[in-house]
Amino acid sequence: MTQNTYIQSYITIQNNEIVLNGTSVFKIEPTDFADFSKQAYRNFDIQYPKFFKMDALSKLAFLGSELLLSPIISAEKENNIALVLANKSSSLDTDVKYQESISDKENYFPSPAVFVYTLPNICLGEISIRHQLKSENSFFIFEAFNPEFMSNYSNILLNSNKAETVLCGWVEFFNDNYKAFLCTISKEENEKYKNETINTLYNK
Amino acid sequence: MIREIYITETNCITPLGFDIESNVEAILRGESGIQLHGDVSLMPNSFYASIISTEKINNAFEKISTDKKYSRLEKMMILALEPIIKNSGVELNSKTAFILSTTKGNITALKEDSEASFNNAHLDVLAKNVADFFGFKTQPIVVSNACVSGILVVSIAKRMIQSELYDNIFVVAGDEVSEFVLSGFNAFQAMSDLPCKPYSKNRTGVSLGEATAAVLISAEAKDAKIKVIGDSSINDANHISGPSRTGEGLFRSIQNALKEAQIDADKLDYISAHGTATPFNDEMEAIALSRLNLQNAPINSLKGFYGHTLGASGLLETVIAIESANKNMLFESKGFDEIGVSETINIIEKNEDATINYFLKTASGFGGCNTAVVFEKIN
Repeated sequence: MTQNTYIQSYITIQNNEIVLNGTSVFKIEPTDFADFSKQAYRNFDIQYPKFFKMDALSKLAFLGSELLLSPIISAEKENNIALVLANKSSSLDTDVKYQESISDKENYFPSPAVFVYTLPNICLGEISIRHQLKSENSFFIFEAFNPEFMSNYSNILLNSNKAETVLCGWVEFFNDNYKAFLCTISKEENEKYKNETINTLYNK
Repeated sequence: MIREIYITETNCITPLGFDIESNVEAILRGESGIQLHGDVSLMPNSFYASIISTEKINNAFEKISTDKKYSRLEKMMILALEPIIKNSGVELNSKTAFILSTTKGNITALKEDSEASFNNAHLDVLAKNVADFFGFKTQPIVVSNACVSGILVVSIAKRMIQSELYDNIFVVAGDEVSEFVLSGFNAFQAMSDLPCKPYSKNRTGVSLGEATAAVLISAEAKDAKIKVIGDSSINDANHISGPSRTGEGLFRSIQNALKEAQIDADKLDYISAHGTATPFNDEMEAIALSRLNLQNAPINSLKGFYGHTLGASGLLETVIAIESANKNMLFESKGFDEIGVSETINIIEKNEDATINYFLKTASGFGGCNTAVVFEKIN
């Protein structure tokens, strides 16, 4: 049985600003992502030192998911929230850094702590660990944001009862250019975004 | 009524052969693709890996195309797909999708410092190059979810066909042995000094490998080789570079997949497991299987034949497991000597005849991911 699904909340992170459900919740003067992400972490008083070990893609995905998931996660029960993220550049930002560490044979120092982030799905692992989500997760790559696929695949997970809620979206990071758009979708009725789609919210 | 899902075409390109038949023959002879290599452009020291001869790839590719623009991995992927697309007769229309599974794609393109080469390192570009060779009408879907990618794509394709978005999905999975991944696994001290020995007492790590595999997943039962009846992919939520000690994610993935398949664990006649031969992975799998009372189900890891082929492994091992089921024969878990995991598991020590009606394929990977898919033989 195919049931209707509803967008519950959404978040956009780009241009030194975080917009949650259409409202700017954090904005600073232009700076690099390392500084922006650190300031955002402090602003929201997140207590999670592992954040500082993450690569930029994981930090970006983590910050977005933090503001969407923290209000809906319950410590008392299992939270069946699937993670479905996608981007264009995979983990290339870290791949390039790792490649540099092995290119010069005179200065060869491959690091396991960097190598592990040369997989795009590591950011899903980071979010799963943070919120203790023992749930479905998959990472996709597309040339550009593909709202149709994201919406279809999220609905499949919800309608086949493989997830109660899906956190889906786009987390793109390369060379300090970034954009994250994440939203939560479930079968729970929510009229707030009934005239919106993932695509219209992404382009806002 | 939920649609039934079938795999109707399979193929693979590996050091053991460029079609299914030659691969199965090599496995039955006990031949492994893992050899000692001394290529300093890949590793400062000699290493064991399962590598395909580039000359063989080029010779085979020349028979289907004279175009010089394709990378080595693209040629391997096209070679895996070409016969099955042709043989299936499936029209590449809006109801036919294309899914590509890989972890690192054309990562070797990063060695060259040019914009064009850097562009080729993008996974969507790899997928487009392969898709355009055949003329797919739908946008390629790339799955890059570490070492579960190759089996996760079977699950994703099943779900998408069940939702009636598509009727047919061609899936290709592939990864190469590169300096990039060799140095990384070596930095993790996860490489074996000898050909890998999954589940064995003296196992010390992985042997890396390269391969491509391709399948057609379809709602059409005609010519079906196997039916896909249950799947799940659950994260451990424990550690990004090591498996859960209790095997929680794998345990839940198998449990969910069996539930969807509506069969009990004791119905499984065979398990094609991940078995990378790292101390932690194999131990974790044994714990998860034991928690599910699967200690008697015959199990193998095909890593002793192919090495760990990363994003290809799940699909390659599925393709071989399908042959195992249809031949009613269990293939040996190559490299195994003496049991080296704390829980009892029933390792297949030599090739033997057995009736296989249901089998399970599993995989686990970095990021805490796990996938389990249950298959049923067509009788």
